[in-house]
Amino acid sequence: MIPVLLILLPLLTGLVTFFIKDEKTARSWALLASIATLAVSLLGLTVMNDATHLAHKAQWLQTIGSSFSVKVDGMGQLLCLLTAISFPLIFLSTWHSNYKKANNFFALMLLGQAGLMGVFVAMDALLFYFFWELALIPMYFLASQWGGEKRIKATFKFFIYTFVGSVLMLIGILYLQSKTPDHSFALQSFYNLSLPKGTQNWVFWLFFVAFAIKMPVWPFHTWQPDAYEQSPTATTMVLSGIMVKMGLLGVIRWLMPVLPVASYQNGDMVMSMAVVGIVYASLIAIRSDDIKRLIAYSSIAHIGLMCMALFAENKSGMQGVMIQMFNHGINIIGLWIMVEVIERQYGTRKLSELGGLAQKAPVMAIFFVIVALANIALPLTNAFAGEFLMFNSLLSAKTSYLYAILFTVFAGLGIILAAVYTLNMIRKIFFGELTALTANAQDIKLNEKLVMGIIVILVFWFGVYPQALLNITDELSQVLVNKMEISHLLRKQ
Amino acid sequence: MQNALQIVYLIPLLPLIGFLINGLGRKHLSKSLIGLIGSGVILASFVLSIWVFLQVKGGNTHIAHYFNFIKVGDLTIPFAFQIDQLSSVFLLIITGVGFLIHVYSTSYMHEEKTEHFGRYFAYLNLFVFSMLLLVMGANYVILFIGWEGVGLCSYLLIGYWFKKPEYNKAANKAFIMNRIGDLAFLIAIFWIITRAGSVNFNDVFAVAKGEVEFRAFKPVDITVVTLLLFIGATGKSAQIPLYTWLPDAMAGPTPVSALIHAATMVTAGIYMIARSNILYSMSAVTMNVVAYVGLATALLAATIALKQNDIKKVLAYSTVSQLGFMFLALGTGNYVAAVFHVMTHAFFKALLFLGSGSVIHAMGGEQDIRNMGGLSKKLTITYVTFLIGCIAISGIPPFSGFFSKDAILLSAFEHNKILYGIALFTAMLTAFYMFRLLFITFSGKFRGTQEQEHHLHESPAAITIPLIILAVLSIVGGFVGVPEALLHGGDRLGEFLAPVIAPAKHASPVSHNTEYGLMALSSILVIIMIIFAWFKFRNYRRSEATGFGKVLENKWYVDELYDKIIVNPLHKFGGFLKSVIEKSVIDGLVNGVGKAVNYGSRQLRLLQSGQAGSYVLLMVLSMLLVFVVQFFLRK
Repeated sequence: MIPVLLILLPLLTGLVTFFIKDEKTARSWALLASIATLAVSLLGLTVMNDATHLAHKAQWLQTIGSSFSVKVDGMGQLLCLLTAISFPLIFLSTWHSNYKKANNFFALMLLGQAGLMGVFVAMDALLFYFFWELALIPMYFLASQWGGEKRIKATFKFFIYTFVGSVLMLIGILYLQSKTPDHSFALQSFYNLSLPKGTQNWVFWLFFVAFAIKMPVWPFHTWQPDAYEQSPTATTMVLSGIMVKMGLLGVIRWLMPVLPVASYQNGDMVMSMAVVGIVYASLIAIRSDDIKRLIAYSSIAHIGLMCMALFAENKSGMQGVMIQMFNHGINIIGLWIMVEVIERQYGTRKLSELGGLAQKAPVMAIFFVIVALANIALPLTNAFAGEFLMFNSLLSAKTSYLYAILFTVFAGLGIILAAVYTLNMIRKIFFGELTALTANAQDIKLNEKLVMGIIVILVFWFGVYPQALLNITDELSQVLVNKMEISHLLRKQ
Repeated sequence: MQNALQIVYLIPLLPLIGFLINGLGRKHLSKSLIGLIGSGVILASFVLSIWVFLQVKGGNTHIAHYFNFIKVGDLTIPFAFQIDQLSSVFLLIITGVGFLIHVYSTSYMHEEKTEHFGRYFAYLNLFVFSMLLLVMGANYVILFIGWEGVGLCSYLLIGYWFKKPEYNKAANKAFIMNRIGDLAFLIAIFWIITRAGSVNFNDVFAVAKGEVEFRAFKPVDITVVTLLLFIGATGKSAQIPLYTWLPDAMAGPTPVSALIHAATMVTAGIYMIARSNILYSMSAVTMNVVAYVGLATALLAATIALKQNDIKKVLAYSTVSQLGFMFLALGTGNYVAAVFHVMTHAFFKALLFLGSGSVIHAMGGEQDIRNMGGLSKKLTITYVTFLIGCIAISGIPPFSGFFSKDAILLSAFEHNKILYGIALFTAMLTAFYMFRLLFITFSGKFRGTQEQEHHLHESPAAITIPLIILAVLSIVGGFVGVPEALLHGGDRLGEFLAPVIAPAKHASPVSHNTEYGLMALSSILVIIMIIFAWFKFRNYRRSEATGFGKVLENKWYVDELYDKIIVNPLHKFGGFLKSVIEKSVIDGLVNGVGKAVNYGSRQLRLLQSGQAGSYVLLMVLSMLLVFVVQFFLRK
């Protein structure tokens, strides 16, 4: 019931939006629809928090072994909640943005939301693939129709990357399905597979590359700064706040438990790529002058850490990633909102052209500083607990002792470098003297204050009491870690 | 409520509430109300701290468990406070000295606009809150929360005057240098978790002592953990190699410097190591590292302080140097002496900084002592209290600094005569540069502008009263730790702390007569240095530093060295990654693939628009694959 509603509500309201020609009506309609979805998501977390409401199975393409099987598990709860919270915030914060053909814009946004919800709740591989594409396709259009000057090039690159990923994943899914005894696409059938080492290995890379592109993990990341830079900010928020979690969810639900042996064996390789990415992206972020690109690279570093923590294969890392997926989404959306305000008001995103804004826009400065510091995981903000658990997992990662230490230390450099680029960004935007562009600055408007207020409340709520989030995913994380644990038994044989 | 220990949460909560009220209401409240709230909450915390202290003195210690901050698998990190002898001493220092600094600020910052005044007091309260969290936490994670919290507050306050770019750079430097240390601290925590399975102080120390089944630290673990924690401490407490942020932190308003240098922040490292004394005492390697790094820092900073001309810079380097002494005490196993010196140092360093603020205030913002001189006539209270501060820091009996420094020198002597020699030499330098500062500032002729001379005046009561209170404390504060040789049972601080800190191990105990001799020696040498400074600087005339003096004036060029070997190469490397690797190598490869696909798809493309075409292509290919596979499966 709940998962079906989570998909259908945005899907149907989105389709309706295509026909609302008036811009204001379309915008209000989209906001209302997203709030309704949020209400459903909250229901699923509280009142209807039991198996009968959270799972649903119907017939769908029975002939090829696929069924419409959806379920909201712990991870689904968090990611659906993130998606459900984000969309109203995105619509509200971009309330004053004008779009050509606004009905199409909002319709595509809602369709994207439906696709995302589907990805997070699908328990059937073909269904998963279907929603994966459903989530991506509206994003191509949003980026290519409403994006910046270089949108065509950026979208094309985005497309090439994800296309390659999709094809590889599809091959992987079809291969796995052919290996199941009942020729089924069901997640459970995949979990029951135990493929030989060699097979696991190459199937692993099919899936991993697809997910690595989505996250993105170095060196599969170069679509991302361009796409974030060129997409309209509302789309960028979806891409960076929510969509990157598709890749992580893929690894957590569809890769590591299905191919535990290969996941274990390739763990060092993946963690090495991710740790290189952390340092690499952080250093580039330090040298970035464009705020959007800076945040894009910082996001690569943060996602890299999450990827590492997964392959550490222990519960601390798993739980850390679970809550960080949620918190990273909240924080980065907060950052993008601020960037949107800056760009709209001053017509530039270049740090070198900004300055002194704290004098003119003190409220914005406070909000920006809070989300920026939350983004670098200052204690008592929401990202701290997740980052703490993830780093903790690295030191006890399932790898050699020396590697574990090296991984921890080099990933830890990211903490220091993150402070460097974040503080430099704050300094260049808000402090110092006013520049020509910022001399007539105004503070943020009421709708932006409201949205940022909500985000700041979430930042501190889950910063002081992260256990609220950890409780949601505790059981699932244990199950998943146990599934991976089997790999070590296999290895010893 | 009969037991203060049940309401200890109020001690940090009150400053937090003050922060929220002043932060949110900064545009609506009047300055006097802001000052009243800001100082009032700290005073309330101080009163509670006294109550708590009396309870602890009566033998009650307490761990207050509030909720589980993080619980994952076997690892439980509670949000809990530990109230015992060590934390109660720090509570008194933080809230007591902190309160005086707040009162002082109401006058010192009075010319700020109301909203900035509110912002200032909000930050100040947040600073005290973080520091209280740090010393009250019952485990390493809560300690770490406060640890990063004070880093944040110092960042906010150093950059308080945010229009000045160099101030903001100083603020960034402070935060980043601290974060380097914080990383080491974090890794230490993770290491502790892998071995002890817990972060609670009591659990960890129990494992270290071998009292827990199935859990154990190997000697190498202890060394690694303590070294990592020590690296963390070098960041927060400004030791080699991470000390360079502290002198730059002078960019903040002067009362903030007093807060950072006396009551909060820099003492965090000392507290943390004293708290972990059980671990530290188990690793001889770490102890030596701590002692030598501390001593080297003490000496280095003292040499730099000899040639500084900014009144606050001299004091800043003297703080670095005094912290070095405290680490020397820790490294020689005399944790109590370190805590003792934290306390006396809090008194006289707060006094000196606030005194320098009074001078700067009178001079209309001037900080260069070369432009001062002869101020003793006009600023009598400031002068007398500053003099008391200088005597106390130099270690002349019976002022407070004498007792704490004597304890440190004695344990250095017992440990190793060379350590003692260098420490004694550094103590002489301390007396010299402090009295150089005093004489150049307050003696001789006035060297500033006429306008400044006309403007010279003693500061108002809100400034002078805290000075007088701190001066009294600087005189008598040392009597809580009178050495056994002078008075039987005189070391009351040591006795009080004994349950948390094992009494110092005397490697080769010295006789009382030797002790008298050492005390006399250091006192006489210090007095000689003061007399020497008097002759050299009573009629100061400005002169350019040359030769070695120039090197000292430029702080041994350490900042330049760091720029050259770390900052610049990293910056260049980042640029290389951005413009070469990212653009040409990775993207070049991708674009190559893209072009190939593009070429291939051109053959299939039916629609004009590239985007729609690609999209259709994707769908078609996907569908094709489904059908192909289905075909195979049917077979």
